[in-house]
Amino acid sequence: MLGETVIHPGLVLILGAALLPLLKGHARSALILGLPVAVLVLVWAIPTTTTVTTTFMGYELTPLRFHPATLVFATIFSIMAFVGGLYAYRQAHIAELSAAFAYAGGAISVTFAGDLISLFVFWEIMALFSAMVLLMNRTRASGRAGMRYLFVHLFGGVVLMIGIIGHINATGSVAFNLMQADSFAHYMILAGFLINAGAPPLSAWLPDAYPEASPSGSVFLSAFTTKTAVFVLLVGFAGTWVLIPIGLYMIFYGIIYALLENDMRRILSYSIVNQVGFMVTGIGIGTEMALNGATAHAFAHIIYKALLLMTAGAVLYQTGKRKCTDLGGLFQSMPITTICAIIGALAISSFPLTSGFISKSMISQSSADTHMALTWFLLAAASAGVFLHAGVKFPWFVFFQKDSGLRPPEPPINMRLAMYLFSFLCIALGVYPDPLYAILPYTVNYVPYTAEHVIAQLQLLLFSGLAFFVLLPMMKRTLTISLDFDWFYRVLFPGIWRMFMRIGNPAWSGVKKRTLSFIEWLVDLVTRHHQPEGILARTWPTGSMVLWIAVLLGGYILLSLFV
Amino acid sequence: MSEQHWLTKPQTIRKLWIILIAVLAITVIAGLFIEFHDHFGIESSFAFYAWYGFATCVLMVVGAKLLGIFLKRPDNYYE
Repeated sequence: MLGETVIHPGLVLILGAALLPLLKGHARSALILGLPVAVLVLVWAIPTTTTVTTTFMGYELTPLRFHPATLVFATIFSIMAFVGGLYAYRQAHIAELSAAFAYAGGAISVTFAGDLISLFVFWEIMALFSAMVLLMNRTRASGRAGMRYLFVHLFGGVVLMIGIIGHINATGSVAFNLMQADSFAHYMILAGFLINAGAPPLSAWLPDAYPEASPSGSVFLSAFTTKTAVFVLLVGFAGTWVLIPIGLYMIFYGIIYALLENDMRRILSYSIVNQVGFMVTGIGIGTEMALNGATAHAFAHIIYKALLLMTAGAVLYQTGKRKCTDLGGLFQSMPITTICAIIGALAISSFPLTSGFISKSMISQSSADTHMALTWFLLAAASAGVFLHAGVKFPWFVFFQKDSGLRPPEPPINMRLAMYLFSFLCIALGVYPDPLYAILPYTVNYVPYTAEHVIAQLQLLLFSGLAFFVLLPMMKRTLTISLDFDWFYRVLFPGIWRMFMRIGNPAWSGVKKRTLSFIEWLVDLVTRHHQPEGILARTWPTGSMVLWIAVLLGGYILLSLFV
Repeated sequence: MSEQHWLTKPQTIRKLWIILIAVLAITVIAGLFIEFHDHFGIESSFAFYAWYGFATCVLMVVGAKLLGIFLKRPDNYYE
């Protein structure tokens, strides 16, 4: 690090996360609640002109710089860590909380990364610790889902790395700035980013994994991975047209699968893909208003999606049930949770006076301004569809519909406080969006509250609600899941492998026998030459010197990554 | 809680339907007094957002239902 000391907010959170399990009692509580606040203060204390550079293997690394969108994303990630910590604080396993903070720290660090190498390192930190969050639910299902999750993300990491190496080879620069999707390397970087965004064809990793986490685990998971993907797409590929069809596909994929789904947290997971689709479309449109819209929507989305998953988590925590077919009528004994869920549902549906209204509309407005008719009509239909699958379906089937006879009490106080905070923010941002507009990447020339916009949105949403209740018989929940791309790696590939093993086994044992005897012959040969009296057995100090130099260099590289 | 919650009584549900239909009517009527920007030549037509929202939702529900025929599996499919 050069010059005056700048403390990297992301690293503070990662190191603090490592401290968490070592502390006990009040010290631990203080750290859980205090650390994210300290990180938020740090994010805001660093002047936005600051750049920290360091040299590594001849490359100029920039672990800290401010992109115009950095402040918004780092702010909401810190807030999320705080409220998530509050929600998880007594109920979650300390290892889960520690992993979640390290994961959040990785996400914050990505928003500060000014070069592709730092970006990649923090990207992988996120992959590892998010998988840890998932595994810490310690069920058989979460263990298996965690391994599938890790497999997809490590694959995504390899794709990204291939792209980064290609980019460095071609340009000689590691700087992370706006790119064009014009070469193999850049396509690979784009694909690596999109895998984390939940884009097709691999979208299934998200609804496969998130519902298997603990109640608090899924709250953390919903916030960081997809939204850092949105951030890096915004920095690297703003205005790349191919993102428009990809985003629109994600939007309708999310709606259709959520409509078919029975597991309450999987409904919300599909809805994450749907919402990120709006942001990806906005980034593809690429005008200043569209990028502002995508950024504001990411900010608003983290809050209401976490709120919705908190209410679902509260239900799961109190009843142990997760399927709509087992739930219903919970409003009678959980009125507070129900109201919080309704606020989250209104916000995700972009109802006037909620946060979704002041953010998402910038994206559709920008499609109208750029005369993209098809995009605009699809976005309008999608807005109605969001109300259908998340706005009405989720609260209706969990808290109302038929009476399941369950009468669980409200969740513990810390969970309630977390839900209050985010419910408040959903409405506060909707009523008074100016503070959010003030930190968006570009100057905001947009007035959300016009009579035209309010009435148009109310017509769209309320008639969508009418469609829901008119079609209610068609929405009856069934004990089913829906096939997705994960079928290939959960059924087809293992099936082919088993078939191969069945046919190949006899042949394989022959190969194994021959290989083993070859190795025996080799070992024999080496032993003859290297045994104590052997010709090559004399001491040869340079050999061990080379080994130790390699070890030292390796250590130095590792250290210089963090210093 | 043996007796029925007021919110689940048939009379209440009837009232809720009446309120919903009244609110829908109000939004459509309010739309008559507002000038909608016409980017694509259709948004300012009568109750555009209302019928468009309703029709696309019906399409999405029916579409999901049809895809469900091919995609749905028992929920212990992967176990």
